[in-house]
Amino acid sequence: MFSRAYKTAITAPPLLWVMVFLLAPYGLLFCYSFWSVSPSQTIVHTWTLDNYRELFRVNVYLQTLFRSMWIAARVTIFSLLLGYPLAYYLSFYRGAKKDVFYQLVIIPLWVSYLVRAYAWKTILGSDGVLNTLLQYLHITKHPLEFLLYSPVAVVLTLTHIYTPFAFLPIYASLEHVPRNLVEASHDLGASPLQTFWRVIFPLSVPGVLAGATFAFVLSFGDFLAPLLLGGPSGIMTSNIVVSLFGAAYNWPLGAAISFCMLLLVLALLLLSEQMEKKWSFR
Amino acid sequence: MSAAPGTSRWLPWHAAVVFGFLYLPIVTLIVYSFNGAGVGGFPPRNLTLDWYRMLFADDAIWESVLNSLVVAFAAMAISLSFGIPAALALDRTNFPGKTLFRRLVLLPLILPGIITGLSLLMLFREADVKLSLVTIVLGHGTALISVATTEVFAGLQKMDRAQEEASLDLGANYWQTFWRITIPNLRLSIICAALLIFTLSMDEIAVSFFLIGRDNTLPLEIWGRLRRGITPEINAISSIIFVFSLIAIITWYRLRIVSPAAPGVVAEVVGTA
Amino acid sequence: MTTVTEPAIARPDKSGVRTLLDIRNIAKSFGKNPVLRDVSLQIAEGEFLTILGESGSGKTTLLRIIAGFESADSGEIFMEGERLDLLPPYRRRVNTVFQQYALFPHLNVEDNVGYGLRVAKLPKTEIAARVSDSLAMVKMSTYAGAKPANISGGQQQRVALARSLVNRPRLLLLDEPLSALDANLRRQMQVELKSLQREVGISFVFVTHDQEEAMVMSDRIALLRKGELEQVASPREIYSRPATAYTAQFIGHTNLLRAKVTAGVAHCHALSWRVGLPDGPAVFSLRPENIRLAGSATANLETNFVRVRGKIEGQAFHGATDLLQIVCDDGLRLSVRTATRENRQGDLLLEFSPADAVPVRESSGRG
Repeated sequence: MFSRAYKTAITAPPLLWVMVFLLAPYGLLFCYSFWSVSPSQTIVHTWTLDNYRELFRVNVYLQTLFRSMWIAARVTIFSLLLGYPLAYYLSFYRGAKKDVFYQLVIIPLWVSYLVRAYAWKTILGSDGVLNTLLQYLHITKHPLEFLLYSPVAVVLTLTHIYTPFAFLPIYASLEHVPRNLVEASHDLGASPLQTFWRVIFPLSVPGVLAGATFAFVLSFGDFLAPLLLGGPSGIMTSNIVVSLFGAAYNWPLGAAISFCMLLLVLALLLLSEQMEKKWSFR
Repeated sequence: MSAAPGTSRWLPWHAAVVFGFLYLPIVTLIVYSFNGAGVGGFPPRNLTLDWYRMLFADDAIWESVLNSLVVAFAAMAISLSFGIPAALALDRTNFPGKTLFRRLVLLPLILPGIITGLSLLMLFREADVKLSLVTIVLGHGTALISVATTEVFAGLQKMDRAQEEASLDLGANYWQTFWRITIPNLRLSIICAALLIFTLSMDEIAVSFFLIGRDNTLPLEIWGRLRRGITPEINAISSIIFVFSLIAIITWYRLRIVSPAAPGVVAEVVGTA
Repeated sequence: MTTVTEPAIARPDKSGVRTLLDIRNIAKSFGKNPVLRDVSLQIAEGEFLTILGESGSGKTTLLRIIAGFESADSGEIFMEGERLDLLPPYRRRVNTVFQQYALFPHLNVEDNVGYGLRVAKLPKTEIAARVSDSLAMVKMSTYAGAKPANISGGQQQRVALARSLVNRPRLLLLDEPLSALDANLRRQMQVELKSLQREVGISFVFVTHDQEEAMVMSDRIALLRKGELEQVASPREIYSRPATAYTAQFIGHTNLLRAKVTAGVAHCHALSWRVGLPDGPAVFSLRPENIRLAGSATANLETNFVRVRGKIEGQAFHGATDLLQIVCDDGLRLSVRTATRENRQGDLLLEFSPADAVPVRESSGRG
């Protein structure tokens, strides 16, 4: 129905833009990871595997990588634990306020990340709201130091930020479960709990996978929360990259780490996509 | 009884706890923006508007707000100009590399911003382009094309194709049909996309972090302050940001006939759903 | 002498057969909208009962109340002497075949059918045996490993049947299960369902808006209109002795003759015939097939036949028969069903026996 000219007109501009501003940059990232930096702080365009060797040679990179993954894993688990029952409750909620509740859940999503991370900083510090509250109520005598500038703070903050991210796809998949399946299950003798595990949950797995992927990938690559709240023990891979592009001027090494992160993320996305397909019964 | 399995008694409590968890930090922030004694400490004392007064006298902040607004509008223009055709292309054409194209367009949505930001930084470095608000605009625009594309694509799915066919049948050419029929039908999607892009651009840090020149955007200005020391003035500006985000997102929600994204979002974002 | 049929005390015809389900005074409103008003019905063991009605009549709501997915505002349901309506759906010995089948997409056919048995934690060998028997009964044994998405609508319907019957319920509810099928498949399934019911021997309660379907399949039909039972009777009874004007018109075609009775004679336009009814207005239902063309081979010259002359206004071809629209001299319009013949024209003399003019109640207007 659409002419060749029409199709070219709608395809060419975005294609070109994406090639220039997405494909080329990612390609450049790849290239940079093979280059090196000269002592005089210029980029030397010779091809070498040194950067990658460095990653595996120096412990701190791998250690940070595992710590980042462990933090991301915890964030994912907590986000799912918080987000799934909420999504379930909302999806099966029969009432006029269902709409309002849904909005209430997605609002925090779009409220500035920085604002929310900052809020936690003011809450968790030794002079922060939480500590002074606990002392005011005579629950503790001294401030709890571990609350801020630790992986705990990072996990807490990132969970706060990514729980709505996990919620959204789970809610969507639960909404798509035909309610007559629930009735059929009851009709066949299954109690509500049995119905949940045998019918509702299996059908919501694609949503859970999507939510988990979002939460994991985005918290894995986060650098702001660790910078604000992580302290020395809460450094994540992205922070190392940031410093390599900043004070510790070594773009190629930073590019190598970034490219590894990119590969890891892509691998996770593909894996998740495969699993989602297997669990999608449409 | 109706088959409402959500009758377990602990579920509403759980929901309340989660809502509390999501909102208490923000509420605390707002409350303490009126706290004379600083960002922490319980209970809040000396309720005052001083911090807000300080905020409104703070030129650097307002300059950065202006910068952010300029960037947001420019990014909106870019994202929509390229995102709308991209959605149409995904909907209506087939060409070798289409799958790669779709994945590429949607990748910045799920990739940590740092990767996109760094890659663009390297591009500008190699092309010898100085970092400035322009580079930030290019960064936001590129990253947010995905938002425009997904919203418009969803709108296309809901659109009645026969309308375009009718238009062509009645003698309008493709260009006319595009402006008279296609775009008006997509009006809602475009507005929602614009609203979302605007909000996300105003808050964007990860990509902007690497592409910034001399002029700060609002989030980066706040960020800089945070490194130096925190005062409730930051609470004040944060509270204002919260109110505006609230308005924006409620408007966006109301405009939309809300249909949650279909399951398998990752598959849609990255792959072949 | 004809008498008006009272609305059936909704008990099964066969005395001596046990009552399985006793529905008493069920009422249900959604918000301000009354959907069921005081419905009472008894269902016998082993009978095939159809709840027939238009959309909005409340038939699906009644079914859902029996299944347990809705609760009535008032009234009770007893099954074999015990209160059914107090039990949640998963404790009732009632199974439902849903309108869109509601097969579990993540389970194959075999696992779908065995679902209720697994939930009841029956031993695996017994489950396998019963599932296999059930599938054989609906002729879906070769599809045991298929997924619902990969089988046709008619096949899904059989699987849904098997899934319900394998649990050996006391009562099977069917919510318009054939409405999604095309006409030929539908007719085939009607026959199959009926013979399945006889074979299995349990009570079926079938909901439909299609009166032909109801007549083909049912032992009894319960006609529901705007939340109340209009008539409960066997198909033949309901067809030949409709209780109300609504029933007469809903089931099959009919001519409604609005007449006035004076001194034992009903007068409708130029027609008159003897009736054993009190003076006043009366309505009669006259089926088109009971009006004959006088002068045809089967016409009787019996003197108590009513005769009238008219012109053909329209002629509809129905395959084996024609349905003629006749305008009589005085403006009365009648539908007449005769053997088919092309191009009828001209004046016709019609006749019918007064015994075929069945008196019916005017249906009460219900808000």
